Amino acid sequence: MIETAYTQDWPKPLKAESRNLSFSYGLGLAIKNLSVPIAEYQVTALIGPSGCGKSTFLRCFNRMHDLYPGTRYEGEILLYPDSRNLLARDVDPIEVRMRLAMVFQKPNPFPKSIYENVAYGLKVRGITDRRVLDEKVELALRSAALWEEVKDRLPAEGTSLSGGQQQRLCIARALATDPEMLLLDEPTSALDPIATASIEELLLDLKQRVTIMIVTHNMQQAARVSEWTAFMYLGELVEFGLTKQVFTNPSKKQTEDYITGRFG
Amino acid sequence: MSKSIVMAREAIHISKPTIEKMAARRRTRQRRELVIESGLFLAALVSVAATLTILAVLLWESVGFFETVPLTDFLTDTLWTPLFDDAHYGILPLLAGTVVTSAVGLLVAIPVGTVSAIYLSEFASLRLRETIKPALELLGAVPTVVYGYFALLVVTPALQRLWPDLPGFNMLGPGIVIGIMILPLVISLSEDAMRAVPMVLREGSYAVGATRLQTAWRVVVPAATSGIVAAYVLGVSRAVGETMVVAIAAGQNPNLTWNPTEPAATITAYIVQVALGDLPHGSIGYQSIFAAGLVLAVMTFTFNMLGHFMRKRFREVY
Repeated sequence: MIETAYTQDWPKPLKAESRNLSFSYGLGLAIKNLSVPIAEYQVTALIGPSGCGKSTFLRCFNRMHDLYPGTRYEGEILLYPDSRNLLARDVDPIEVRMRLAMVFQKPNPFPKSIYENVAYGLKVRGITDRRVLDEKVELALRSAALWEEVKDRLPAEGTSLSGGQQQRLCIARALATDPEMLLLDEPTSALDPIATASIEELLLDLKQRVTIMIVTHNMQQAARVSEWTAFMYLGELVEFGLTKQVFTNPSKKQTEDYITGRFG
Repeated sequence: MSKSIVMAREAIHISKPTIEKMAARRRTRQRRELVIESGLFLAALVSVAATLTILAVLLWESVGFFETVPLTDFLTDTLWTPLFDDAHYGILPLLAGTVVTSAVGLLVAIPVGTVSAIYLSEFASLRLRETIKPALELLGAVPTVVYGYFALLVVTPALQRLWPDLPGFNMLGPGIVIGIMILPLVISLSEDAMRAVPMVLREGSYAVGATRLQTAWRVVVPAATSGIVAAYVLGVSRAVGETMVVAIAAGQNPNLTWNPTEPAATITAYIVQVALGDLPHGSIGYQSIFAAGLVLAVMTFTFNMLGHFMRKRFREVY
């Protein structure tokens, strides 16, 4: 058991919080007893070597694991301000996903037009009013800093865009439904440095309106975009704290070794 | 340079290949490659040659047919009675029979097949899928003559309970059975196409709050369109070419009608009927089956081209 180190600073106000969260599939325990606070309107980065469970942890927040058989959650994830436990039996995972949107590692636009891609989340909620859809689509594309590039070709296929544009399209798709949190699972790992920079810039802008959690393999990225950092190793939380503290003055040897590139 | 190295060089004699020797080796290698390549080419040629030969025979015998029967009669005459004294050679009645039975079959196979494929690919558990797919493939192993009698002795009597006026030979019963016959093909190919849709696409849909059904219908099916259309087109080709079922259960009277409750003959049924009789080689009746066969070949060729075009048109890049 790794003893978790907390720095003295503590995020406030909280948007969400995992409490003693464990998750398992099949025989293995993928994450163990994780308690991480998520600050509202700020960026929390999850870092750690491959296989440490950071993506698994992120995917607990929107109950993505429910799609696959043989998975089990223990503990709770509370969403504030109403302190709802997202993992409770009576909570519909679909409702959870409507409130916590996710963006994936590889851009995954649907085989539909740019417009339809963004409108998708609204349409599956039964919104058909053309005016509402038009307005929301434009707003989401503007928020994702894509509007100027695609406003003249909304009927074009989403897959016709470049990789960076596709990922911003996926962010727009996630934003269209006004989620409370944005879960980003290594959103720039398939992108070139320029596209990566534009996504990072976007995140700094987006956190004014939405709470962001980001899984990343890129230390510099975590340092650049996040206020808070959680370092995980072998399914456990090693260290959580203010990003600048974790990166400049980690309280654990393991964290220091990972950040300085000595392992991982 | 030290002396020992020079000594060593003299001691170990390494023969260097001359340009001439290399060229000789290259020639034998090229000859061997040529033999192998020709062998492979011949093997590939067999299927092409078979197709071309069939087409050539069809065309050759049809030419004889069209020397006697004007093409306009063939395409516009509403009677097909090549074996009567008052012979008429209008392909329309046979074509109508083929179109009606195939259409009935597709009306069964496309909706049932698509829905089954969606269920198997997106809803069924792994175990259920692994049980059902081999069972479906077993359906494809049943001889068509069995399906024919199934249409005649089971499906038609069952339909007659609903419509007592339905004749014993009709196109509805065999049409439905054709649908059942091509169902495994449509399900299997559509399901493969849907399973090939990457998981990240489904997750993207779930991640914005879509249900299983919404994901299947709005994301997976559109992403798999090219494969699903290919499945339909192959289904059409098989339905159009299906012979035994219609020959047994649809009656063998050429009948220009679009009403599936009437008996009729299809192109294939006519070919079987005539081929089983003893018509003299070279007679007009004999040649007529090649003209009918040519129409069938043109139809399936058109569908295959259509399928090819659709596959390209709807192909998705993931």
